[in-house]
Amino acid sequence: MNTNSICVIRNGEIIPLAHIPLISISEFRDTVIEKVASGARISAFWGQPSGKAVRLFAILAQDKYATLALLSTEVESSYPSLTPNCVQAHWFEREIAEQWSVTPTGHPWLKPIRFHPSYRTGRDPSAVTGEQIGLTDFFQVGGAEIHEVAVGPVHAGIIEPGHFRFQCHGENVYHLEISLGYQHRGIERGLMEQPAKRRIHLIECSAGDTTIGHATAYCHAIEALSGCQAPARAVFLRGIALELERLANHTGDLGALAGDVGYLPSMSYCGRIRVDFLNATALLCGSRFGRGLIRPGGISLDVDESRVKELLRHLNKASEDVTEAVELMFDSPSVLARFEGTGEITPQTCRDLGLVGPMARACGERLDVRHDFPNGIFRFSQIPISTWHTGDVFSRALVRWLEMQRSIQFIRDQLNMIPDTGLRTEIGSLPPDTLAVSMVEGWRGEICHIATTDQQGELTHYKIIDPSFHNWFGLAIALRGQQISDFPLCNKSANLSYCGHDL
Amino acid sequence: MNAQSIVYSASALLFSPLLLGVINRVKAIFAGRTGQPLLQTYYDLSKLFRKGAVYSTTSSWVFRAGPTVGLASVLVALAITPFGRVPALLNFPGDLLLLAYALGLMRFFTVIAALDTGSAFEGMGASREVQFSALAEPAFLLCLAALACKTQSLSLSTIISRMNFGLWAKDGPALAMIAVAFMAVLLAENARMPVDDPTTHLELTMIHEVMVLDHSGPDFAFILYSASLKLWVMGALLIGIILPVRTGNILLDFPATLLGMIALALLIGVIESVMARLRLLRVPQLLVGAGVIAVIALILILR
Repeated sequence: MNTNSICVIRNGEIIPLAHIPLISISEFRDTVIEKVASGARISAFWGQPSGKAVRLFAILAQDKYATLALLSTEVESSYPSLTPNCVQAHWFEREIAEQWSVTPTGHPWLKPIRFHPSYRTGRDPSAVTGEQIGLTDFFQVGGAEIHEVAVGPVHAGIIEPGHFRFQCHGENVYHLEISLGYQHRGIERGLMEQPAKRRIHLIECSAGDTTIGHATAYCHAIEALSGCQAPARAVFLRGIALELERLANHTGDLGALAGDVGYLPSMSYCGRIRVDFLNATALLCGSRFGRGLIRPGGISLDVDESRVKELLRHLNKASEDVTEAVELMFDSPSVLARFEGTGEITPQTCRDLGLVGPMARACGERLDVRHDFPNGIFRFSQIPISTWHTGDVFSRALVRWLEMQRSIQFIRDQLNMIPDTGLRTEIGSLPPDTLAVSMVEGWRGEICHIATTDQQGELTHYKIIDPSFHNWFGLAIALRGQQISDFPLCNKSANLSYCGHDL
Repeated sequence: MNAQSIVYSASALLFSPLLLGVINRVKAIFAGRTGQPLLQTYYDLSKLFRKGAVYSTTSSWVFRAGPTVGLASVLVALAITPFGRVPALLNFPGDLLLLAYALGLMRFFTVIAALDTGSAFEGMGASREVQFSALAEPAFLLCLAALACKTQSLSLSTIISRMNFGLWAKDGPALAMIAVAFMAVLLAENARMPVDDPTTHLELTMIHEVMVLDHSGPDFAFILYSASLKLWVMGALLIGIILPVRTGNILLDFPATLLGMIALALLIGVIESVMARLRLLRVPQLLVGAGVIAVIALILILR
């Protein structure tokens, strides 16, 4: 392998497009496969139009070295698929095929993931672009005793739409296929049509429950491009908001897990305490989901001394309550009997699929953007990685609880030492033909944003990769060999985003 | 048939939905919530009776007959179930078998009405219901057999009226085992925790609820009312065994049994609050366990 085939950057850095190696598809393919085989992870793999062709970029996260390997190639209408040799590419290649009408030849399961028309004008709507959402061939298991169960896209609870197709033998699930796309809003393209100041609003709702995470990733990217630095006070408050978001969502999910096994006390208490954490975020900015707080260049609202004290009081009360509610659940043998051994994912499967976030940490993988690719507040204050090794629902619940404890401590520490600086710096003009990569550990895992500018220094392409994009396939695999009645529990333990995936 | 039986049957028809209200209130208190009104089931019933029913074009008369046959069966069961020392409206030797099969008929029609819809969910629920009831029924019949041996009678009214604290002093362990096995059957048959979760909205995990998803309006009111009557019938038998207040004064005995029913609802509420639901794979073990306990009780009594 030629060392010139990749270039190396770090989280929150920029690189001129011209410096990114443009190599042949066969070299590109070999490099990605070899890198992934030796421990790298595909963080992003996407296409951008380049003249008449499509330029494919890949970002490989080398977690142990805190570096990102970046490489690119150009393809016309088809190329040899990477997926047969590198399973992590599976979902990304389906996305590329759908968006750019480029066929990855030899892809084992090529079908649309969002069912929108191709972005490439003048192209035949290829076979991979669906006519109607959800109308597609599903993987089927043969045999007279096999039955198929279709769930969704409309569900009994108030949740987002998604279609689940189970191949069952009695109560046993042989295979689950998940078909999404119902929430596709065209955010990535919509961003380009908006004036620069309005883009943050779209970013904030790319996944509503991860407002802070996505907004932080976007701001890091824009700040990196314009070469400005958010003031220290803003960096601290962003970090605090990010951890509050994690606390609220983890609490809600632990409660929902208790609810799914019918354990009412923890369900009700966690449901209430989740709102306590949301209200703590509202103390910072007036919005419980953190809308309007994070802006390119810094943050929009300041907190005074008395508000910090109130936040601390809120946090201490909520953390006491949540400890009681969660320990009640983990002390119940009947709850543990449901959690343990359900929806297991082996560390090997986790690495093969490139899972991220708590789902990967629950398989014993030491992955955490806050630790591996620190940016923002995490350059100054470290947060330990919480892992557990069993890979089941119990493990995912426990990892979330461990993370919550770390986050509570982290916020307490940071609240005492918020630096007294300004709130916001002016965003300068963006450099031409440059690419910025920004990663943030949202509560679901690695959020990756990639911004590219054109010759005039205008944003020309923006790519968002929500952690759900990596993890949905992991959920499908976790269900193999499980009881169909345990699906809601497995689903909740991952609690992936539909809109974050569909964008 | 006497006046007491008629008064009792009328009170069962009137009060049975209250049991569900008590259970829900207990669960709410455990969860730190205010909870729904005690009379919510009555409000639900009156709402449903005022609604129209929707029928799928793919379903047949079987689907429409299901709720009506279910209600009729449980009314028969009620008519042969005594309440403490108040005898049932109808009693004759062998009526304990009729009770088991009246409840069986109710289940059968719920199941075929569910299958009639052709929905994958309802088929799954029906399969689970049949699997579990096949294991619950032997346990139920063994409990009744042990009681019949103990009291030398084949009529429920006589069996229950012959229960008293003297019998408990003499044969406590066997009777306790019957009560435990019966309680497990009661929880399973009435779709309560830890076998089924009546509050869940997740179709894939449901047993009883998923079978009645397609019923609406008055049909669903029939199902809801039948369910509360079924809980009452089985509860009345259990309380007849474990709380045999037989002072001879109906003004003491009747309220004692009624309080026993409320206590049972409280107990069910507590069980539902303090434990998670069993994994479906484990449910047969619970029911077979109940059957085994009932067999041991029978052996102890026959010995």
